[in-house]
Amino acid sequence: MNKTNTSQNTFIIFFGYLGRCFLRAIESIGDAAVLSATSLAHLFHRPWQGKHIVLQLYALGVGSFVIIAITGAFTGMVLALQGYYTLAKFGSESLLGSGVALSIIRELGPVLGAFMMVGRAGSSITAEIGIMRVTEQLDALQMMAVNPKARVILPRIIAMIIALPLLVSMFDMIGLGAGYIVGVELLGVNGGAFVGEMIAKVTPMDLYAGWVKALGFGILIGIICTYMGYRATPTTEGVAKATTQAVVAGSVGVLVLDYILTSFFL
Amino acid sequence: MIHTEQLSRHFDDVIALNNTDIHIKAQQTTVIMGGSGSGKTTLLRLLAGLECPTSGHIWYGDDDLNGMSQKRLYQLRARMGMLFQYSALLNSLNVYDNVAFPLVEHTKLDNSVIHTMVTMKLEQVGLRGFENLMPSQLSGGMAKRVAFARALAMDPEVVFFDEPTSGLDPISAGVIASLIGNITKHTKMTSIVVTHDVHAGLEIADHVILLWQGKVIAEGTSDVIRNCDDARVQQFIEGRPDGPIPFSRSETSYIEDLLHKPGTVRIS
Amino acid sequence: MQSYRKTEITVGVFVFLGIMAMAWMAIKLGQVGGLGSSGYHVSATFEDAGGLRAGADVMLAGVSIGRVASVQLKGQEEALLQLEIQQGVKLTTDAIAAVRTKGIIGERYVRISQGADDETIEDHGEIEETESAINIEDLVSKYIFSSSE
Repeated sequence: MNKTNTSQNTFIIFFGYLGRCFLRAIESIGDAAVLSATSLAHLFHRPWQGKHIVLQLYALGVGSFVIIAITGAFTGMVLALQGYYTLAKFGSESLLGSGVALSIIRELGPVLGAFMMVGRAGSSITAEIGIMRVTEQLDALQMMAVNPKARVILPRIIAMIIALPLLVSMFDMIGLGAGYIVGVELLGVNGGAFVGEMIAKVTPMDLYAGWVKALGFGILIGIICTYMGYRATPTTEGVAKATTQAVVAGSVGVLVLDYILTSFFL
Repeated sequence: MIHTEQLSRHFDDVIALNNTDIHIKAQQTTVIMGGSGSGKTTLLRLLAGLECPTSGHIWYGDDDLNGMSQKRLYQLRARMGMLFQYSALLNSLNVYDNVAFPLVEHTKLDNSVIHTMVTMKLEQVGLRGFENLMPSQLSGGMAKRVAFARALAMDPEVVFFDEPTSGLDPISAGVIASLIGNITKHTKMTSIVVTHDVHAGLEIADHVILLWQGKVIAEGTSDVIRNCDDARVQQFIEGRPDGPIPFSRSETSYIEDLLHKPGTVRIS
Repeated sequence: MQSYRKTEITVGVFVFLGIMAMAWMAIKLGQVGGLGSSGYHVSATFEDAGGLRAGADVMLAGVSIGRVASVQLKGQEEALLQLEIQQGVKLTTDAIAAVRTKGIIGERYVRISQGADDETIEDHGEIEETESAINIEDLVSKYIFSSSE
């Protein structure tokens, strides 16, 4: 009797916990959607936030260029090395160019680029907005009749949406260049075959797939990171937690969205 | 000029304000005092429209803050200033740009005019010449004075002060308090100060409101408050540890708990 | 303000570089929007397209002269290919199109051998002589058959 009671209790606790987590997740998603939608609506209202979008593009986009370039270069290099190793077993090294190009353009460029942006720019967005919340800077903006959604959230989301596709394209270019150097100069694959295969196998659809992904990830990261910062518990600990959560949620979100978008573009 | 009507604010089951009615007269310094958790900061945030009340109304003349459109609220705020407890200077801007911020946002004044106005405000708080420092380079007292200058930038009609003297050394606190007193007198603005600094509060107040557990327990000029018979008021202004306001917030007595909980303490 | 001007210029350079990267990929790799696809179309009917896909190479004497634009079923038993051939490459009316394989696991492609005719195929013309894909399984089974006989 006693035993069944405890196991029943365990079930109730388990399902209660599960239900609570689920409801809280739904609630946060709804809250984030409303927050970003009301913020983005200010794009069409005066005052125009162009200057602040440019400043954020500088902080998030230009500031991330180096890390994106390094990631892109090493991704291209390792892909060429690994691809060569595998393809050489079948004597089809000539396919190396298309292998590297398709992997980078369709998949690795957008996904790794997005990861780097979550880690570098996304976390700083969350921490910055969270600290503005803790130090009452958001309230101070309110009191100076400046809407923090329009001034703080909107420029960051927009800058993220603009910057990510541009950065991903640069990632792709640098990755392809680095792949070419390793494949052709170091491993001795025929240069003409490398470039020829690359051009022959990459279709416009592959490029669209990469760009649509980059755009989607930009929107996702922008929304998640601004939301986490804006709704952070106003304590130092709360900001730290929000930053971690933003990076985790951003990265997982990118992977889930990647699967969904990939299934559309096959 | 500003008055509240049956104003309540609950946080889940904690009652911060309970049907409070207060009146704030124009061109005076009103000081709202009370211990920690007495609801005074909540009251200030409600008056400034930073939070929404659970029930009740806040009247600015004939305008109700409750249910006001955002546009109207922002119009009203253009005539308000606020000095936050931790200054809340914008990190990314230097002292000059912080003070100039409201002017740049809301006026179409020429840069040279703004420069003159900012210099005047900084002179008022005694910080002319510190324009190029960043907020992180300022001491607490200086940051507060910069925030003060910013709050005054638009020549507001109403200025809110949230714990203006807390966390400052006695001299800085005195400087801030006298600034509030002097500037209120000279510029004919309405100051609403929330503080638990009894000395400074009574010094600068034209009108004092004492809150306890979300209720007004005493109201009047500084002298009225000093001579108030209410034991709670006396305990508060004298800062005595024992009195009707309990030091411990626990509902039950710890010793009773120990005696009645089985297995905790055995008295042989 | 001076520093904002600088920021603005840097952001301008950044956006320009990003768009250049996009444009390069679009034009060079994807051949988007007709920039890379100036050519004429010819069709060819095969008994067996052997898994050929749109985008595959079309080669003449080992040189790529175009790509397969589409692969469709014609009637209920044949494959109809649309080939996009570079402008300037003239195919004779008796040219032969064959589906072939590069390397042993390599991609399928269309190999074209010129004929001897003087006339050339116009835009939207047809290559009439085709050779279907060589099916390795068929070859192997044929070999086994013949050796067992």
